[in-house]
Amino acid sequence: MANVMLEVKELTTKYVTRFKEDVYAVDHVSLTLEEGKSLGIAGESGCGKSTLALSLMGYYFPPLHYMSGEIIINGRNITKMKPDDVRKSILGTEIAYIPQSAMNALNPTRKIIHFIEDVILAHDLYINKKEIYERARTLFETLGLPPEVLEKYPVELSGGMKQRTVIAISVLLLPKVLIADEPSSALDVTSQKMVIKMLRHLMEVGLISSMIFITHELPLLYNVTDDIMVMYAGQIVEKASAKDAVFDPLHPYAKGLMGSIIVPEEGLRDVKLAAIPGTPPNLKNPPLGCRFAERCKYVRPECRGVAVGLQNLTGGRTYRCILSEGELREAYKHEKEK
Amino acid sequence: MKRKSNNVCLKAEGLTKVFGFGRRKTLAVDQVDLTLYEGEVISIVGESGSGKTTLAKMLLGLISVTEGEIYFKGQKRDISTHRKKKEYWKNIQAIFQDPFSSYNIFRKIDAVLLDCIHMKGGKRLPHDKKVAMMAEACSFVNLKFEELTNKYPFELSGGQMQRLMIARIFLLKPTILLADEPTSMIDACSRATILDMLMKLRDEIGMTVIFITHDIGLAYYVSDKVYIMEKGKFVESGTADQVILNPTQPYTQRLLSDVPKIYEEWDLSTV
Repeated sequence: MANVMLEVKELTTKYVTRFKEDVYAVDHVSLTLEEGKSLGIAGESGCGKSTLALSLMGYYFPPLHYMSGEIIINGRNITKMKPDDVRKSILGTEIAYIPQSAMNALNPTRKIIHFIEDVILAHDLYINKKEIYERARTLFETLGLPPEVLEKYPVELSGGMKQRTVIAISVLLLPKVLIADEPSSALDVTSQKMVIKMLRHLMEVGLISSMIFITHELPLLYNVTDDIMVMYAGQIVEKASAKDAVFDPLHPYAKGLMGSIIVPEEGLRDVKLAAIPGTPPNLKNPPLGCRFAERCKYVRPECRGVAVGLQNLTGGRTYRCILSEGELREAYKHEKEK
Repeated sequence: MKRKSNNVCLKAEGLTKVFGFGRRKTLAVDQVDLTLYEGEVISIVGESGSGKTTLAKMLLGLISVTEGEIYFKGQKRDISTHRKKKEYWKNIQAIFQDPFSSYNIFRKIDAVLLDCIHMKGGKRLPHDKKVAMMAEACSFVNLKFEELTNKYPFELSGGQMQRLMIARIFLLKPTILLADEPTSMIDACSRATILDMLMKLRDEIGMTVIFITHDIGLAYYVSDKVYIMEKGKFVESGTADQVILNPTQPYTQRLLSDVPKIYEEWDLSTV
């Protein structure tokens, strides 16, 4: 078995609103990420994808609060560490994060190289500016970015270039795990492809050892990651290999998600897009039983009332439903015939 | 293609827009010809900066036209006065990309919907009737009017806001709807819902729809005709099947190859 880079055990985090209400955005999430693997997280807006990404870094600031569970990065348990230690010895070097609006992460009044100097000096005080420049230049060249970018201000760069620059900066300190939170959602298709190519390249040349990729675009996940995890209302509802998750989903919600895929391929016009009716539950007081019950086509009376656990199948596949694999497949087959 | 007829609804000839002067001159839209039949759904596809939105704004009358003419229902479009402009906007309406900035944050949802009723000449209707109309519009897009009344738009989620936009369109019943990237800011599951509703609305009131998008898959799914735009010009046009399945221009082929696919191998070496 390969080295485990990131292990998360029953992580629960919450938001506290200004009315002192608790919102459990990440609810008992467990996952393991091995060296050289990439994991995709899918789900609709508000399901806790981005909160999970923030929580994984172990650096909490209000309104986000840590509740329970463990995060082990490369053998070190970071949940027991002080926030300042996490910032100094974990962020950037062990785990790096590309936020959703990475384009706004750059300081508009400073050149890219000055930003890079800040990042490196925050972790390594005994390095001179010339070395930093050389290091940044080599990295940019490896990643296929023109080194002239270093001398530019963020406003002089296009959206796609800014995003790629931010990615390059995030891997400067050679993190073990890279978390990319919708890195391409504000870009057009061509720039999106460049970003994806760069992320794949990072894995291939070994600048990062594993990656977590968050998006709601399933065709993208299918092409980028090895495994896909589907989240709904703060919980994992299904985890499978990319191929199984897209072509053979088990959980009714995952099935619904796959029904909303749009790709420009023959046959698309004959299919009717299946939209999932209703809205997700309010996480201030989530339902006791299955959280998807209100919107589920195959709902049964026993779905409500008791919490539904994860069922493990062979090959590392899990899903959260009271129905067995056979029953679900039977239901889908029946649906198709109708 | 159910409702497509041979009546020309909107026609543009040699439409051109130039921004800036002298050395800083930018040709955003370059001699574009467009003919739109009643009941048709067309898509204009292109990457960022290809001039899609500029073209849309010109068609809407939000920015002036540098050169060229727009004909609406056979007659030259006249929006020289505010009154005439308002009259024109009864016929052409838009849904924009960002639902979060489409609403006036100081006005309640009721006011947004009431404006539409007033614009259609229902100012003197009894209040009960207006409420019934608003409730009908909301239920058309799967929203509950009782839950929305007395709320502000920012209390809704992105998908709900975009659906409220469609409820507006339902009340206004325009001849032409211009949807400028209506689904790019919302997630994939709400996208299916929004598209379903737009298509249902089209069947209901027989509108002509112009989709502006960079998502070629979306264009293929919804439209009868697809126009591919590059650097302010249409480089390829035709029926959806023709353009998407058998593209002839290198630009169209590149756009298609840039979209992630699930049944075919996605070639990453081309960028």
